[in-house]
Amino acid sequence: MDWSLIFELSLKGLIGINAVYFAIAAIGLNVQFGYTGLLNFGQAGFMACGAYGLGMTAHYFEISFWWGIPLGILFSLLLGLLMGIPTLRLRADYLAIVTIAAAEIIRLVVRSVRFKHYFGGSDGINRFAQPFREVGADFGIDQTQLYGFGPFTFTGRELWTMIVGWSLVALIGYLVYKLMKSPWGRVLKAIREDEDAVRSLGKNVYSYKMQSLLLGGVIGTISGMIFALDRGSVQPDNYSRDVTFYILTALVLGGVAKVSGSIIGPMLFWLIFTFLDNFLRQVADKPIKIGNFTIMQSTQVGQVNFMLVGLTLILLMVYRPQGIFGNRQEMAFDGR
Amino acid sequence: MDAETTMSPAARMAREALATCAASPGVAKPDPILVADSVRRKFGGITAVDVDHLEVQRGSITALIGPNGAGKTTLFNLLTGFDSVDEGRWSFDGRSMGRAAPHRMAKLGMVRTFQLTKSLTKLSVIENMRLGATEQIGEKWWNGLIDARWRKQEAAITERAEELLERFKLSHMRDEYAGALSGGQRKLLEMARALMTNPILVMLDEPMAGVNPALKQSLNEHIRGLRDEGMTVLFVEHDMDMVHDISDWVVVMAEGRVIAEGTPDAISSNPAVIDAYLGAHQGRSLLEDQP
Ligand SMILES: Nc1ncnc2c1ncn2[C@@H]1O[C@H](COP(=O)(O)OP(=O)(O)O)[C@@H](O)[C@H]1O
Ligand SMILES: [Mg+2]
Repeated sequence: MDWSLIFELSLKGLIGINAVYFAIAAIGLNVQFGYTGLLNFGQAGFMACGAYGLGMTAHYFEISFWWGIPLGILFSLLLGLLMGIPTLRLRADYLAIVTIAAAEIIRLVVRSVRFKHYFGGSDGINRFAQPFREVGADFGIDQTQLYGFGPFTFTGRELWTMIVGWSLVALIGYLVYKLMKSPWGRVLKAIREDEDAVRSLGKNVYSYKMQSLLLGGVIGTISGMIFALDRGSVQPDNYSRDVTFYILTALVLGGVAKVSGSIIGPMLFWLIFTFLDNFLRQVADKPIKIGNFTIMQSTQVGQVNFMLVGLTLILLMVYRPQGIFGNRQEMAFDGR
Repeated sequence: MDAETTMSPAARMAREALATCAASPGVAKPDPILVADSVRRKFGGITAVDVDHLEVQRGSITALIGPNGAGKTTLFNLLTGFDSVDEGRWSFDGRSMGRAAPHRMAKLGMVRTFQLTKSLTKLSVIENMRLGATEQIGEKWWNGLIDARWRKQEAAITERAEELLERFKLSHMRDEYAGALSGGQRKLLEMARALMTNPILVMLDEPMAGVNPALKQSLNEHIRGLRDEGMTVLFVEHDMDMVHDISDWVVVMAEGRVIAEGTPDAISSNPAVIDAYLGAHQGRSLLEDQP
């Protein structure tokens, strides 16, 4: 067993690009779910809006790549309105159903053969991130060169995406922190607890819920953009339901209704996930057997890892519903 | 305590104005702040509210009484926009309404509390209070981002909130979570928070339910205080002693209808009222405390 490799890879998980795009998406989900109590199970759909916004400008509209940013944000605003208008006046669970369905519909539409011309079908859209990388080169980061920091080495390409990504995490995290400390954030937190009380005090609850859904969605969109820029491609199956639930797990792990929780949660999530993945891979290098019965072989590492993620979420809910950083009295997640 | 000698000018004005009104259901008032006409609401087969005409005198304390299931809460819900009427209209402070969103009613100055207290338990007491203030600059997200835009107003709101907390004897709980308050304190907080909206009509749904007798006395004082500051109070209550003690006018509902109206003295001796209570409560006295 190569422990030093396992640790190196795990630490890379802690600060790598996966943690970045999860953190941004989790901050968005936190606005909706943690602060306002909106059950958005379609964050992957918002991420797809950002990724396809970028991809489509290059692939279909053939205009400057940078227009993809406002286009992606426009997509996510439309998606948010579409999800919110029919459901936000109803009980909380309706939003959950609609968001999970809408995200799935988006994935199925963009991967369909029928619309291949626009969205590239199941192959997605590739090779559009060049203008983004050129900016990195302008800042003196050579894409192909390797950069070493202590135990880590990154390619220039990874490094540039991470610099932009972590800057965005810091900026978005700061803005959301400010908002939640303001009277606007107070209204959201009050809605999470009792909508009717807030209505009786003269606040338009519907409008605030919509604002929260849209803000969280736009933040999710930015996450999708970073992810697409890192891969240099958009693939429909990267925006499946599992992604939303992993992000939710990462958020709950860190602690809901705290900005720090939504950043540190995803980092820990990827630390643990990468560690388990590499550890199990080495353990199951040869099939593990008891007598003739095979417990696990290397092809099953992925599944076992996902089972462990599920188990983690269950244990968290049971023993520490407020997450690692949450305050039990204030932040405890109550499964309404 | 002799009510006549301690009556405030506002109370005297309200009583004098109402003394001219006949004690009959739907009677017109000299200066009504709230007028309801043919307001009806059905739930399946049950007609929960069926009020032909009702007026509430401005500046008075009006009690709304009636057995459980009489439709008092439903009427509150209809008037405050939490439920919509099947038919009928009402006017509030001269504005005619047929349906309205709850937040609009609150902005017009009609604020309510709930039979089941709605304190926001995971916010602190002072945050509960601040939330009540209307027209907050910082409640727009684009202002929320910039402290300088709302800090000054927030300080003014906090000052007003602290004054109210002082008055309602909740100052010592200022920074506690509202969840740490006792049931009675939550009722007080809900009422104080409602006052943060600067209402002209305060509608209290069973403000005394579950409140211990010592607190009841101070709640009484607070409700009188609201009238003395020029607000109109409409409240639902079961405790006839208390109704008698503080209200200028009493409206009695049963099975969705207004069956009687009058001064507290007139109502206590009204046979229709005694009937309605006896019918619903199998012989328990009107003066007995309800659970
Ligand atoms: N949401 C509802 N759905 C069905 N029936 C209701 C609803 N709300 C109230 N009711 C019925 O309407 C009647 C009046 O209830 P309510 O207004 O709560 O009475 P009160 O407050 O005077 O005790 C009752 O018979 C009650 O069962
Ligand atoms: Mg009631």
